Amino acid sequence: MALKTSVQQLMRVSRIVADVFMERGICLKCSQIRTIKIPNINYTSKRWFKVSAGPFRHGDYEWQDPKSEEDVVNITYIDRSNKRINVKGKVGDNVMYLAHRHNIEIEGACEASLACSTCHVIVHDDYYDKLPEPDESEDDMLDMAPLLTSTSRLGCQIILTKELDGLEVSLPKVTRNFYVDGHVPQPH
Amino acid sequence: MTTFVCRRWFQFCSRQYNRTSNKLYKETLRSVSTKPSIPHVCIVGSGPAGFYTAQQLLKHHKTVHVDIYDKLPVPFGLVRFGVAPDHPEVKNCINQFTKTAKNDRFAFIGNVTVGKDITVKKLKKSYDAIIMCYGADDDRILGIPGENLHGVLSARSFVGWYNGLPEDRNLDVNLNCDTAVVIGHGNVAIDVCRILLTPVSILKRTDITQHSLEVLENSQIKRVYMVGRRGPLQVAFTIKEIREMTKLPGCRSVLDPHLFKNLSEQVSGLPRPRKRLTELMIKTALDTPSEAEVDAEWRVKFLRSPIEIIPSNDGKQVAGIKLRVNRLEGTGESAKAIPTDEVEEIPCGMVLRSIGYKSIPIDDSVPFDNNQGIIPNIGGRVTGMKGIYCSGWVRRGPTGVILSTMSDGFEIGKLVADDLNSADIDISNETVKGKDKVLDDLDKDGVVPVMFADWERIDELEKTRGVSIGKPREKFTTVEDMLEAAFD
Repeated sequence: MALKTSVQQLMRVSRIVADVFMERGICLKCSQIRTIKIPNINYTSKRWFKVSAGPFRHGDYEWQDPKSEEDVVNITYIDRSNKRINVKGKVGDNVMYLAHRHNIEIEGACEASLACSTCHVIVHDDYYDKLPEPDESEDDMLDMAPLLTSTSRLGCQIILTKELDGLEVSLPKVTRNFYVDGHVPQPH
Repeated sequence: MTTFVCRRWFQFCSRQYNRTSNKLYKETLRSVSTKPSIPHVCIVGSGPAGFYTAQQLLKHHKTVHVDIYDKLPVPFGLVRFGVAPDHPEVKNCINQFTKTAKNDRFAFIGNVTVGKDITVKKLKKSYDAIIMCYGADDDRILGIPGENLHGVLSARSFVGWYNGLPEDRNLDVNLNCDTAVVIGHGNVAIDVCRILLTPVSILKRTDITQHSLEVLENSQIKRVYMVGRRGPLQVAFTIKEIREMTKLPGCRSVLDPHLFKNLSEQVSGLPRPRKRLTELMIKTALDTPSEAEVDAEWRVKFLRSPIEIIPSNDGKQVAGIKLRVNRLEGTGESAKAIPTDEVEEIPCGMVLRSIGYKSIPIDDSVPFDNNQGIIPNIGGRVTGMKGIYCSGWVRRGPTGVILSTMSDGFEIGKLVADDLNSADIDISNETVKGKDKVLDDLDKDGVVPVMFADWERIDELEKTRGVSIGKPREKFTTVEDMLEAAFD
């Protein structure tokens, strides 16, 4: 009985000691102060450090599927190789983030903060006028986009509405022929 | 279960683990095939060119390993040290770069100067391809008398100074004068003007370095001239930057009205970006200024070339600048500035030259075109060198916004991937490849490489330092401090 109690006591004490060490941030291996917390070292995983929430904080909304048929807004992306990609978007989706979800090659370097023009798209004539007018800062950024057209917009500034159902946007075909010998690279 | 160990212990363990696992991995590879076919590519420079090239390379090649080397312990190049502190949204691309860095086939190796700590020749033994993305590290000089006077600075160093670039940390910036003259009509020139004229109350909420904030707080500068040798239709800055200037609190933008009076007729035929930019300048130049009291003035001077920087009486300080008045020959982008006999002087206490950056050669083994300030290349392949490429400013010359560097990076990334996939680069040589051998060699030479996880600790600490003073980040401005933050 007495033995059991003393063992229990010892365990409790050692736990307290360990707790104190942990709280003070003292290394259990070399008693050095300033520790880092390593959640359950798993030698098969390379992510030992706690990785903070993924780099994309925006664009989560676009990952939700439309809740009902009424919500659906169909949009067609025409990529740089002229391939048509039909996507079922929904009301409120941002054209750039929606493209990211469907692996369409639109960049978004500034994450929709109107500081670059990497998400430049060319809107089909029939839909251009249905979009709200671009504001000054969007126009300023568009001015830096190569292959600017009269129906160019920044993908990150187009928000889908029911009225835009059937929208067609093309990615600008930025290609520079850098093979001086006329060689055409073959697709893999 | 959670284990608590100190950083040193953890690093020791992880290094041991990496070594054994790499060894095992290599042995397995060797036993399976005599020809390890995983290509290894090395990128020199971790700015936008390096990261965008890496991103595309990893995307287009499914097994390639990419290692980015940087001479500084911190990544992202000019995104960190060039982009103005009051343009934080431009730096959002760092999130995308970080995503690339988390790829299992990617490694960042900072604090290693290629060409000094390790030669390109030696690197080539460990890598199937090398891509030079080290940008433009030097600036062009005016080549006029008085350029060495106290108070004449390069805009590049000034930018490095307020952005925390270690080499410019101790730049002697004296703002005890009322007038500064910036030479150049590009976006760097505008950045410099804006930093000099923005109220400190705005700047102190950015990640501008504390040492420069203190100097700017006591700045006496009331007037900044921005001088360019050609006319309003030839400026290199973009509309966003000048619009910001026109909206700067407490500052009036002044452009010579007589230059703009007859410009309206010429505007209609211009391409849209030039048209909108010119219209904004016309509006700014001709609108009657508001009655509101202003503390400062931004004056844009056209058709002026600096010919001499005038010394003060003691011959040491800048006291003014002599400008030759030009006229234009030809029209549009290719118009030439032709000097006239007319000369004028602006008294000032500070001159900043911002007439362009230039690249420098990395080491003897890589060719360099001194006239153009770039590595000679055909579509990104360095002339006469198999398996060596270049991308970004060191390939095209130092112009364009991040987007142009991105397009370039994408192009070269894909090109290298294609060359690796085709037989253009022989990836079957038997030597040990990748960073392990390089890191071992560096270790022997006493060079301490900084990996991406180490940078993330620097990053965290910088952000923490910023919180207490109401800034998004307070950068470490010496290599020693960075290393201490990474490893201690």
